[in-house]
Amino acid sequence: MGLLSKKDTKLITDPLADNNPITIQVLGICSALAITAELKASIVMSISVLFVLGVGNVVVSLMRNIIPSKIRIIVQLVVVAALVIIVDQVLKAFAYELSKTLSVFVGLIITNCIIMGRFEAFALGNGPWRSFLDGIGNAAGYGAILIIVGFFRELLGSGTLLGFKVLGDPIEKTGLYAIGYENNGFMLLSPMALIVVGVIIWVQRTRNKALIEDH
Amino acid sequence: MSNKTDSNLYTVLFAILMVVIVGGLLAYTASALRPKIDNNERIEKQQNILYAMGINENEGSSANFVATTQAPELFTKNVAEQLVLESKGGKVVNTMTREEFMKANNGKEPYLIDIKKQKSNAKSGSSRLLPLFVGNSKEGKKVYVAPIYGKGLWDAIWGYVALDENMVVQGAYFDHKGETPGLGANIKQRFFMDDFEGEHLLAENGDFKGITIAKGNADPKNEDKTDNEIDAIAGATITGDGVTAMIKSDLKLYKPYFDSLKSQKTN
Repeated sequence: MGLLSKKDTKLITDPLADNNPITIQVLGICSALAITAELKASIVMSISVLFVLGVGNVVVSLMRNIIPSKIRIIVQLVVVAALVIIVDQVLKAFAYELSKTLSVFVGLIITNCIIMGRFEAFALGNGPWRSFLDGIGNAAGYGAILIIVGFFRELLGSGTLLGFKVLGDPIEKTGLYAIGYENNGFMLLSPMALIVVGVIIWVQRTRNKALIEDH
Repeated sequence: MSNKTDSNLYTVLFAILMVVIVGGLLAYTASALRPKIDNNERIEKQQNILYAMGINENEGSSANFVATTQAPELFTKNVAEQLVLESKGGKVVNTMTREEFMKANNGKEPYLIDIKKQKSNAKSGSSRLLPLFVGNSKEGKKVYVAPIYGKGLWDAIWGYVALDENMVVQGAYFDHKGETPGLGANIKQRFFMDDFEGEHLLAENGDFKGITIAKGNADPKNEDKTDNEIDAIAGATITGDGVTAMIKSDLKLYKPYFDSLKSQKTN
């Protein structure tokens, strides 16, 4: 990439794999469990976090030299809460349908520890452009895991993807269901999200032994 | 960080300034967008009521409202009457027409009555206003749409149920504020809402029984319409129980009105 230096590119690619916020830093687990029962919700959440983390990181980075260190956590919290509320209000006024889909995520975005984590760990010590890239990279890494988990949970739990019945109709007994396949209702419950995340962590660490911590 | 930003005075001033700026920004956004948001919410209520009456643009398995631009016109056309029943102690003590209600409430339309507020009024012992929308369904049948309100797992759930004179459900629309996507949030999906069509609210002897969202009711295709049961959504027990509760508590209050309809007929 000509646009980005090697160091900048790493800011985006690192969180996608070897420094993934969910599987390596184990942040943002609560929302990963709560909303991954269907793929659509996972995608919407990923885009929302991408926006909030990208813009929020820039705002915090611009303010990094004037934020009093004693109250920096509260300042970060105010930045993210204000951003989310303004976006929510604008959507309610101009894209009402979309805002209804998002309403449930607003609270989850504010409490997402990845956002506060990146503000604290990166934006407070780096310039706006690098902070923006870091925000996008981490949100993408978070989104990638969310979408993988959402894909498996919706496919195995409801037999659908984005609402389309890809495996046939479970009530009419068509497609796979005709030969006795059953949806696994357990996939829809939160514990299975944790297990799917666990499997991803397992696969990732098997492929890259450097990620295994010594104790 | 420099020492300058560590002083107490600076910290306090920064906090005050931040609160003023952010507070002002949020207050400005909220008040500037308020009229637009109110209008969106008003149209949504009209779309919800029309949806329950069967006037919608459903295609395949997704639930679609009539277009927002058409909603006000279709609403005036299809909702012939908006009644407001005043309920106290399980009895209907007064029935107001739309005109009477609007006269007493500065021109406020009955469909904008806040059901949540009415519910808490009833809890504190005063009377409760029950809006009832009378109109014709898509098939030309006379239906009575009643709004209901309750709580799910995380937050509020509400809905509109269209009934015929015998309190048999003709259509239903449910919505929620913050139920879990893929689980409780599925109460607003076609497969759940459509199950209510034709379901009886009354038991065979004519008493009010409501509709229970039942797990393992051995009728997943919902062929038995008089069992007062709907198949539950897997993984959404508490949201389902909330739907059961709001149907039982809210629609029961309308029973005296439907009884009076019947006695008028037989007389």
